Amino acid sequence: MTAVAADPAAVYALRYADDCLVLSHRLAQWSSRAPALEEDVALTNIALDLLGQARALYARSAELDGTGRSEDDYAFLRDERDFVNCLLVEQENGDFAVTIIRQLLYSTFQLEAWRALSESTDAHIAAIAAKAVKEVTYHLDHATQWTLRLGDGTAESHARTQAALDQLWPYAAELFESDAVTRDLVTRGVAPDPERLRTAWDASIDQVLSAAKLERPSTSWAPSGGRRGLHTECFGYMLAEMQHLHRAHPGAQW
Amino acid sequence: MSDDVHEPLWEVFIRSRRGLSHNHVGSLHAPDAQMALRNARDVFTRRMEGISIWVVPSAAITATSPEERDPFFEPAADKAYRHPTFYDIPKEVRQL
Repeated sequence: MTAVAADPAAVYALRYADDCLVLSHRLAQWSSRAPALEEDVALTNIALDLLGQARALYARSAELDGTGRSEDDYAFLRDERDFVNCLLVEQENGDFAVTIIRQLLYSTFQLEAWRALSESTDAHIAAIAAKAVKEVTYHLDHATQWTLRLGDGTAESHARTQAALDQLWPYAAELFESDAVTRDLVTRGVAPDPERLRTAWDASIDQVLSAAKLERPSTSWAPSGGRRGLHTECFGYMLAEMQHLHRAHPGAQW
Repeated sequence: MSDDVHEPLWEVFIRSRRGLSHNHVGSLHAPDAQMALRNARDVFTRRMEGISIWVVPSAAITATSPEERDPFFEPAADKAYRHPTFYDIPKEVRQL
């Protein structure tokens, strides 16, 4: 299936839908492998929240672009180049610190985005956003609590968490990119200005990092391309694992 | 990772509705009280079971031991007049 040139609002919804689905799948990969049973349940709860958000956004995107594609079409029958999620969410789980920092960086962005989108002129998106704000508030709290404890914990937990931050930091820049799609939607009041999100994100992240005794990385390297379907190497492997069952048994049902 | 030093045991109490008291629902491991609250939310309230959660360090609970059972509880068994069984409870009173 190839990418469908469509209404910018459909593309925008698809980007966030793919973010949610891919991050949900990454978190689900912790199932039965988390450091403790309690954390196993916590991470998969967050994964389920994100999957729910993805479903609502896919439905809205299919409605806007008129293709009427199903959730399965989006999740299982598109190739790597058709996915428009950001690079941050597809990064591998790594150790627990990498998973927590990835969640901190993304949930901070997502909470600001959903808050702004709950006032969108697109009533459907505004309704999805209003519900998601409550869920993401908890995701961010979970990631923040762990960042504080890992960053300001033992020498080893601090070193691992700082390393995770250094590794993932460059991927955050992509979250605030502007292109023709976002500019059109900002003008029409459908989406918030990415610059505005960046200011709020910076303030919130700085506060957590300083409380966790972590150093904000200073790097100008800012990989990009996810929103155009150009992904990092690990993403293809993730998709292969996620899609193989559906593709091997087309139309299979529970 | 859930050894008892770094992740001690906590007892979890949940109030399911306004007007009811908190009930013991189980226990879990967590590094501190704030994380215990969050773990309890994830483990015990996934299906809308509660509106309020308490967590208490298991070590802070002093409990009776099985050997103490008879002196503690046996004397109450033959004092039927202490049980409020001699009047009818109105149907409207659901939680007594």
